[in-house]
Amino acid sequence: MTSNKAPNVSGVESSGRRTVNSLCGMCAVRCPIQVEVEDGRVKWLQGNPNDKAMETSLCSKGAAGLVMEYDDERPQHPLIRTGERGTGQWRRASWDEALDYVAGKLKEVMDEYGGKGVVLSDRGGPFTDLTKSFLKALGSPNYFNHDCTCGRNAHHATQSLFGMGRTGAVYDIKNTKHIVLYGRNLIEALQVKEAKEFINAMSAGAKCTYIDPRATLTASKATRFWQIRPNTEYALNLAMINHVLEEKLYDAEFVDCWCTGLDELRQAVRPYTLEWQEQHTGIPADEVKAFLREIAAAAPRVMFHAGWMTARHSQSFYTSRTSHILNALFGAIETPGGVCLSKKAADAGKKDIKSLAGRIPKVEEKRVDGLGWKYKHWDTGPGLLHLLFPAIESGDPYPVGAYIVYRHDPMTALPDPDEQKRYFDKLKLIVSIDVNYSETGWYSDVILPESTYLERANIIASKGGLKPSFQMRDQCVAPRFDSRPAWWIFRELAKRLGVGEYFDFETIEEIWDYQLEGTGVSLKDLREKGLVSLAAKPILWDRAEGLKFKTPSGKIEFISQKLTDAGLPSIAPFQPPKELAEDEFLLLFGRSAAHNHGHTMNNPLLHELSPENALWLHPDRASELDIGDGDLVEVMSDGYSAKGKAKVTPWIHPDAAFLLHGYGRTIPLQTRAYQKGIADQRLQKGLLTVYDPAGGGNVLTECTIRVRKA
Amino acid sequence: MSKYFLLQDSERCIGCQACEVHCKTNKSLSVGPALCQNMSVGPVEVGGVPRVRFVFMPCFHCEEPWCLNVCPSGAIKKRDADGIVYIEPALCIGCKSCITACPWGACQWNPTTSKAVKCDYCKDRVDQGQKPACVTKCLTQCLQFGEATRLPDHRRERFAKTVAADSFSLKDMPAGR
Repeated sequence: MTSNKAPNVSGVESSGRRTVNSLCGMCAVRCPIQVEVEDGRVKWLQGNPNDKAMETSLCSKGAAGLVMEYDDERPQHPLIRTGERGTGQWRRASWDEALDYVAGKLKEVMDEYGGKGVVLSDRGGPFTDLTKSFLKALGSPNYFNHDCTCGRNAHHATQSLFGMGRTGAVYDIKNTKHIVLYGRNLIEALQVKEAKEFINAMSAGAKCTYIDPRATLTASKATRFWQIRPNTEYALNLAMINHVLEEKLYDAEFVDCWCTGLDELRQAVRPYTLEWQEQHTGIPADEVKAFLREIAAAAPRVMFHAGWMTARHSQSFYTSRTSHILNALFGAIETPGGVCLSKKAADAGKKDIKSLAGRIPKVEEKRVDGLGWKYKHWDTGPGLLHLLFPAIESGDPYPVGAYIVYRHDPMTALPDPDEQKRYFDKLKLIVSIDVNYSETGWYSDVILPESTYLERANIIASKGGLKPSFQMRDQCVAPRFDSRPAWWIFRELAKRLGVGEYFDFETIEEIWDYQLEGTGVSLKDLREKGLVSLAAKPILWDRAEGLKFKTPSGKIEFISQKLTDAGLPSIAPFQPPKELAEDEFLLLFGRSAAHNHGHTMNNPLLHELSPENALWLHPDRASELDIGDGDLVEVMSDGYSAKGKAKVTPWIHPDAAFLLHGYGRTIPLQTRAYQKGIADQRLQKGLLTVYDPAGGGNVLTECTIRVRKA
Repeated sequence: MSKYFLLQDSERCIGCQACEVHCKTNKSLSVGPALCQNMSVGPVEVGGVPRVRFVFMPCFHCEEPWCLNVCPSGAIKKRDADGIVYIEPALCIGCKSCITACPWGACQWNPTTSKAVKCDYCKDRVDQGQKPACVTKCLTQCLQFGEATRLPDHRRERFAKTVAADSFSLKDMPAGR
């Protein structure tokens, strides 16, 4: 096959009507979808009803996938930079030329620094076997994903207690009686199936306690809303644990059987009373007391959500950890309506798909970010991207020369893009592989356009859960432009770098055959439904004997040996947030249901729904600054300032200001989103390399700003 | 009125506006015209918690459609069989009389075709036994569509369950609801 033609899945170019089962690609949730294609054109998108929890539902972003497909404002062919980085001067290149160029630069870096001098970041998910294999083939241990600005704190917290990662905890929302959410805005930071389960549970009489400095739409569905002072949820949790232990509201039988460290936990939380937390959080002690009685009555069908996006403040790890401790204390583990343990193919007695990386020799080099050798309490898997920046600067432990950003946009996701550029300028090569223009792509040397999720197929995904499954993204239509699927791009680069033997697949069908070999699942089965469940019904282990925790003790560790060994307390003392000056605000950020981070801002219909953001301010603070609702304001942070509209509302805590994330794009070719709204990450000055020392996640809500009328 | 009814259960609505995008993509409409809109009001404080109400505004398919009465070219029609009110694009002269006349803002301007457009309950889909796009793909099934006499009302069921739940102790509630 030559580089001149996109490698389509066979049959894609045929005429007539077809229904294709696939996975959405408008955000990282990847909901199962059904796509109606007529004469090579997408006509209709809906949820895949073969997934009973999904039915035909689809969110606004999923629906707008059709508009994304037929919009021209995305990279249409490989681009090689001709001017200075970030100046937007590009020339069109053929795939052969662009791939030769990238491979040539990678080769230079590898000759000088070794394979480990190449790093890559993506946004995680079920297809990372491909990117990890590519790096492994090059001899680089430096795979990263976006998670330092997402769930790393919750991930490490979950691991320290249960031995499994964040997504190993499955919240059985549909059967719960009470769901407790700490800013987990699950109807706006939206996953279709989760939101449906939540609404179904609430319709059936479940209760929801929502804790957030801001009233989101999720708060408007809750039965209780606590407008907590920003960055203080840990104080609330410490006091709740103390009260639960003191008042013996916990499930002693479960705790005796499955948890270790109860006495030490009791000691650690003893100073923290409900009255004490009130002075930090602002939540009345009496209300917390009444809440805990309610929870105890509903237990074990209760859940304290340990958070999804938890890169918030320097005690976010401990917030997540104590939320899960509350789950354990109420016996809400591996029980209907509580927090269940995710199962893999093997737990269903099935063989998992065959890994591409499995064929490639292990990389013995140590990671550039120090994970696994300098920082042993953290999961080496996707590393911690913010630790890459100081390593680029110092060359310690070794130099890095090339950075491939795949579907990831650090300059939108991580703080302070100007600071990032300073580090990027030390790199010999930055490559962006993406469907869309990204802020980072615009600053890169080469843009390799990936085909859209409707124009490409991916490797087969193995998904954990109570019913583990295989899922596939199939190709629906041929690419409109000169783009390629990721598996082909990485294969072509691998070939040019002399490691093509690990990617000796001519077609995606060959990869699928390899992956499915020995699993007992055929491609035909997968295609027919889009997903194959590996278990007939949800797998719940018998709590009397069958719980498996991958901690050193095999139990839920209130006091984690791993943390102790790393010199970290399992229950840290509460650190009150830094005092704010009279004119300062803590800048919080979040999502609306209309957009996915920064990827959809330029989509015509999504832009129409939510073209720009506004700065939420409490009326008391706004009136001090003579700011009225809708006024133009200037937002300032350490030398950076931006202008936008104020939204004056009592539904934000007076200490805080709030912005929807993803706005303030700087790419002129995205004509709709260009310079619309304020980019919160640009206000996060000085926070790029600041992180929660226990969880490793960035501290994005420790950003302080000042505001004045513009 | 048409024999159909499009019911919104605001309790189940999450204000995601997916209905609006489902509608526009199905009708190949670009930026501008919105044949349906999910208006949100709030949050307001009700009993110490924030509450937002959603009001879904498609066309109501009036018994005596003002849009139809003012249309000078006979482009707006009402189907005898089921009362669906729709615009026949070939007959629309783009005078915008219907947009002025409709008290609900249902008639919209399509700048791409320079004609008026409005919700027709996705009559092509309805004729094939399917539901309108907004209802089919509604994220929480807060939208329901059917013959007005046959629509189930989950609001009654939910109210009954809530009343019943108060009389049971929480521990007695059945699993797997």
